[in-house]
Amino acid sequence: MKVLVPIKRVIDANVKVRVKADESGVELTNVKMAMNPFCEIAVEEAVRLKEAGTASEVIVVSAGITQSQETLRTGLAMGADRAILIQTDVALEPLAIAKLLKAVVDKEEPGLLLLGKQAIDGDNNQTAQMVSALLGWSQATFASKVAVDGDKLNVTREVDGGLENVNLNMPAVVSVDLRLNEPRYASLPNIMKAKKKPLETVTPEDLGVDVTPRVETVKVSEPPARQAGVKVASVAELVEKLKNEAKVI
Amino acid sequence: MSILVIAEHDNAALKPAVLNAVTAAVELAGHAGGDVHLLVAGENAGAVASEAAQIAGVAKVLHADGAEYGHGLAENLAPLVVKLASGYSHVIAAATSFGKNVLPRAAALLDVQPVSDISAVESADTFVRPIYAGNAMATVRSTDSVKLVTIRGTAFDAAAAEGGSAAVESTDSAGDTGLSRFLGQELTKSERPELTTAGIVISGGRGMQSGDNFAMLEKVADKLGAAIGASRAAVDAGFVPNDYQVGQTGKVVAPDLYLAIGISGAIQHLAGMKDSKVIVAINKDEEAPIFQVADYGLVADLFQAVPELEAALDG
Ligand SMILES: Cc1cc2nc3c(=O)[nH]c(=O)nc-3n(C[C@H](O)[C@H](O)[C@H](O)COP(=O)(O)OP(=O)(O)OC[C@H]3O[C@@H](n4cnc5c(N)ncnc54)[C@H](O)[C@@H]3O)c2cc1C
Ligand SMILES: Nc1ncnc2c1ncn2[C@@H]1O[C@H](COP(=O)(O)O)[C@@H](O)[C@H]1O
Repeated sequence: MKVLVPIKRVIDANVKVRVKADESGVELTNVKMAMNPFCEIAVEEAVRLKEAGTASEVIVVSAGITQSQETLRTGLAMGADRAILIQTDVALEPLAIAKLLKAVVDKEEPGLLLLGKQAIDGDNNQTAQMVSALLGWSQATFASKVAVDGDKLNVTREVDGGLENVNLNMPAVVSVDLRLNEPRYASLPNIMKAKKKPLETVTPEDLGVDVTPRVETVKVSEPPARQAGVKVASVAELVEKLKNEAKVI
Repeated sequence: MSILVIAEHDNAALKPAVLNAVTAAVELAGHAGGDVHLLVAGENAGAVASEAAQIAGVAKVLHADGAEYGHGLAENLAPLVVKLASGYSHVIAAATSFGKNVLPRAAALLDVQPVSDISAVESADTFVRPIYAGNAMATVRSTDSVKLVTIRGTAFDAAAAEGGSAAVESTDSAGDTGLSRFLGQELTKSERPELTTAGIVISGGRGMQSGDNFAMLEKVADKLGAAIGASRAAVDAGFVPNDYQVGQTGKVVAPDLYLAIGISGAIQHLAGMKDSKVIVAINKDEEAPIFQVADYGLVADLFQAVPELEAALDG
């Protein structure tokens, strides 16, 4: 079984994001970029499936600008076998990404797609559900446990009330949550090896997908700022203030 | 055209977030015209449909009954939404794990780009939503003919659960795709108020050191009628279950009072609680970023301060 892992290049989770003065977006120049943390978890899970002999090949795929190659190389260094870059300068929405991914799936015929539950830039939490719909496959979002069981997949999902267990027909689409695993760091030898692994580049036109955006960004602005308050010296003072000043208890 | 709200429930009762979604729907109807309809798809969920009909502002409840809707499986719900969508200008759901699971799947089948987790409605097609963990607010305009949107519950008041008298109409099932099966669930049991709607939340972080130590927070929560939350670090360490996580990729809360105990205040945590009315932080590190958003900060060892707080609440 091939496993396909769509991964996204985003601003590093530790960077303090700043809104551009002209409100056209957020500052991206000279900002540290990284693989979306949830995608790292997806790659890790795929590589573990390969190490367990369940997966035969792990393919990482990313849609975006040329620099997304770096993210793909990181995936290769973590243990993926080959990479596909769907290269475009258009700002892609989940619907377009889902269509691009479907085109890749039609060609590669993987048995499983592992995606992050959410990209930490747009915070959309949509792509896995959307590509699953377009493929007509089963879906399990927010996975904290994934186990292949013959031609079925058992997945534990993190839901608002706790955990939920579902059994999926394969092929399947799974989006991964934080507790699924702890992603490995790529070792230096593996980073070197990754440079020689195959990385194929295609375009949305090659795949016959129209990526014209449907949602227009009118502006991107600063969130309302919160003022730091006061320091209290004791628990007694805290309780007094909560009762008489804030009046919340 | 009208607005369709996909209702989340457990076949016995509606989830509270539905009421916030109804308020957003009423607001959308104010811009776009039309009525607010609720879709209750479930298994023997007649009582839920009746409950939904009482919500103020709801004009009609569509009730689809079938075992295929017993557990909210997205593979079965999405085709039902698709079947109904042509009669609506907007299809919305609360941005809960249920809404996030189902709505994008329906959107893809409709060839629509959904809009996630909106915090304000500007017009029938223009919405505001936080991006980058709430570090930026995006104003976006949808050009799709039907708009599929999820609603941030804390940004919209709850509609009155009573006062309405909507008609309940049954609607045919869209069938069972058979793609997936519900096996079971392990729900966190709690007598406390629900985290996302509680008036007071007390959350613990890595500083709590163990799950057992959360008993200290429970005692305070008992006295305040509070819900208990946690940082990702506390959940990852296994102190508390996953559904306690507050933050960018957990739950969003905005209570009247939020107490952060032994939480540093990483941006991903702030994303889930910085709209709280009053924030209290107890942390032994006076440089902890949580103090930058706290209305009242106490630099102290929590193992001393929390029992003291509990005792002081008797007074
Ligand atoms: C993709 C991604 C998603 C994430 N999503 C979330 C999310 O949804 N929610 C979330 O919370 N985090 C999230 N995080 C993690 C986030 O970045 C932080 O790592 C996390 O919030 C830290 O938790 P913490 O404050 O409990 O732990 P720490 O940062 O370790 O802070 C512990 C604090 O406790 C204090 N302390 C220790 N002992 C005591 C004591 N005895 N008395 C008083 N104070 C004490 C310390 O001074 C310190 O400030 C995410 C991260 C990533 C990369
Ligand atoms: N440009 C992209 N290229 C490849 N995969 C992506 C891209 N954008 C999103 N994804 C995948 O979809 C997941 C969820 O993203 P989102 O729906 O944007 O929150 C990510 O974690 C990735 O696995």
